[in-house]
Amino acid sequence: MSSQTRADGVVDEAVEVTYREAIRLAFDDELASDPSVVLLGEDIAAAGGPFKTTEGLYEKYGGDRLIDTPIAENGFCGMALGMAMTGMRPVVEIMFSDFLPTAYDAIAMEMPRLRFMSGGQTSAPVTVRASGGGGGRFGAQTSSTGESWFLQFLGLQIAVSGSPQSAYGLLRTAIQENNPVVVFEHKALHGVKGPLVRGDTSLPEIGQAEILREGSDVTVVGSLLMVHRALEASEALAAKGEGIDAEVIDIRWVRPLDLSTIRQSLEKTGRLVVLEEQYHEGGWGSAVVSRLTEAGFSWQNPPTLVSMPDVLISHSPPLEDLMVPSVERIESAIRATASS
Amino acid sequence: MEIYMRGLVPGTVHLAQGHEGVAVGAHAALQAEDWVVCTYRGHHHSLARGMGLEPLFAEIMGRTTGACRGMGGSSYVTDFSLGMLGSPAIIGAAVPLGAGAAMSAKLLGQNRISITFFGDGACNIGAFHEALNMAQLWKVPGVFVIENNQYGEYTPYRKSTALVADIANRGDAYGMANTVVDGQDTIAVYDVVAAARERAIAGEGPTLIEAKTYRYSGHSRTDPGAYRPDGELDAWKARDPIDILGARLEEAEILSAAERDTLWEEVQAMVDEASDRAETGAWPSLEEAESYVLAD
Repeated sequence: MSSQTRADGVVDEAVEVTYREAIRLAFDDELASDPSVVLLGEDIAAAGGPFKTTEGLYEKYGGDRLIDTPIAENGFCGMALGMAMTGMRPVVEIMFSDFLPTAYDAIAMEMPRLRFMSGGQTSAPVTVRASGGGGGRFGAQTSSTGESWFLQFLGLQIAVSGSPQSAYGLLRTAIQENNPVVVFEHKALHGVKGPLVRGDTSLPEIGQAEILREGSDVTVVGSLLMVHRALEASEALAAKGEGIDAEVIDIRWVRPLDLSTIRQSLEKTGRLVVLEEQYHEGGWGSAVVSRLTEAGFSWQNPPTLVSMPDVLISHSPPLEDLMVPSVERIESAIRATASS
Repeated sequence: MEIYMRGLVPGTVHLAQGHEGVAVGAHAALQAEDWVVCTYRGHHHSLARGMGLEPLFAEIMGRTTGACRGMGGSSYVTDFSLGMLGSPAIIGAAVPLGAGAAMSAKLLGQNRISITFFGDGACNIGAFHEALNMAQLWKVPGVFVIENNQYGEYTPYRKSTALVADIANRGDAYGMANTVVDGQDTIAVYDVVAAARERAIAGEGPTLIEAKTYRYSGHSRTDPGAYRPDGELDAWKARDPIDILGARLEEAEILSAAERDTLWEEVQAMVDEASDRAETGAWPSLEEAESYVLAD
C-alpha cells in the first residue's frame, strides 16, 4: 500500500516509519479523534512506554488520557473493563505477552463474557496490547508470542501485527471496535521500518488477512515475525531459481480467521505451509487446517505446520535460535512442501 | 426457594436471606445515575435496586423474558438500565470492575459514584487489593461494601483471613477511609453508605465499608450449612434485618405491626404472581444467544 485515495479525493502518501512509530501514530490519531480513548499501562505515560510506543503523548494529551498503572495487570485490566462499560474506550498495555496470564481472569473471563451474560445489554470496547516473541534473549518468561492463548475465549477478537501498516491499522481498528480485542505485537519488529499510509481510510477490516507476496506454488501463512521470515525465505528461494514461487499471507487476525483468503490462495497453489512462533497444539495453525478440512478442502499434499519444538525458551543464543523458526528452516519447509 | 424446589431453576443458586439490611440500606442511599456492581450472590441487590420480580424470576428460570434474556441466570442477573453493570461469579472480579466504573465517572467529570458489593471471601484475592490500591491512588468516587456473612463458601472467614481486627481495616493499608457497620441494621447501613457517597462525590476518595451480616442458607444449593455451630443461625435470626427495620418503623409510627402483616401478604401475592408469570416465559433460541456474543 503506497498510497490511498480518500473519498474526497485527497491522496494519503506512504511514509517510511518504524513499527514502534506506527503504534505511536495510531495512538496519536485515536487520542486526537476520540476523547473517550484513554491509555493505561505500566510506564506508558511519563516514561513514554517500555518500548517507546507512547513517547511524547503524555506531554501532548496529559495525565487523564495516559495513565501510569501499578504493576497489577489483573486489576487494571478489570478496571479498564469497568471503564469500557461506562462510556470510555480504554487501551491497556501489557508489557510482555508473558504477563497476560496474570490478567487472565479480567481478559478471558470478564471482558468477553459480561455482555453475553447480560443478554446483550452492554458491550466492552476495550483493547489489550501486548508485545511478545523471541529473538531478544529474554528467556522463558518474557519470550512468548501468546497469540493463541485466548482462542478458546469466544467474544475476544485477536489481532497480530506484522508490519508498521498493520501495527497502525489493526490498533486503530481494535480501538474503534465495540468488542474487546487483544492486539499482539512482536518485540523484534519494533525497530523494523516499512511504509505507512496514515489516516482513516487505510484501516483494515476485522478478520481480513493480507497477501504480502503473490506466488503460484505454495501458500505460506504466518503471523508477526514469521511473515517477515517467510518473505525472506520466499525471496531466497526465488533467487535460487529452483522454480518455487511462494505466496505469503499475513493472517493479521487469529480470530476471526480469514479462511476465505487462505482458501482462495490454496485453490491456486494446492500446498500449505503454516508458520507459528508458538507450540503446535492449540495454536491457530491447527485451526486453519481443521477448518479448511471440515469445509471440504481436498488436500492433494499434506499441510506443513512449522512451529516451535517442544522445549521451553532459554536465553542462551544457540538454543533460542533453534526455537523460533528461522529463515533457513522456513525455506526448507517451503521447498519440501513444494516438491511433495 | 419454592420455585427451586419445584425444579424450575436450572443449576445452582446463592441465596442472600439475612443480607437484606445491607442491600436495602445501601441502595436507598444511592441515586439512579450511580453504577452498581455485585456478585453471583446478588438477588437482593437486584430487587433493592428496583428490578421487577418477573424479570428476576424469569432470568433465574432461564427464560428469554428474563432480565438478561435467559443468558445469565441466578448468578449473573443484572439490569443495565438500573445502572447495574454485572455480577461476576469469579471471586474478586467485581472489585476492579467497580473501581473502573468509578474511574470513568472521575475522568468524565460526572456527578455519580460506583458502589461495589462483594463478600468476605473476596478480600483475600489479588483483584481486591489491586483494585483498592488503584481506587485510592486515583481517588475515584467509589464505595466498596464487604458483605461479611461470616463464611467464604463453607469456611468461617476467621479461618481464611489474617486480620488485625476487622476486614474493613485493610483499607488502612491503602490510606482508604473505612468503617464497620451492623449489616442487620438497615438504617445504619443507609447512614454509612450515604456518608461514603457524599465523600466520593466531593472528590474525597473511596470508602471501604464492612457490613457484618449472616447468610441464613448454605453457600449454594448443595450446601445445607451443617458446619455451622449449634445456635449460631438462631442467634443471627434473632437479629433479623427485616424484624429490626420493622420494629424501628413501628417505633417511629411509620408502619404498624398490622400494616406490616398486610404488606407481607401483599408481597407474598406479588411474588407468587410474578413467579407464575415467569414460568410461562419462552426459552431462548441458539440464534438469540449467538447475537449476544459480539456487539455490532
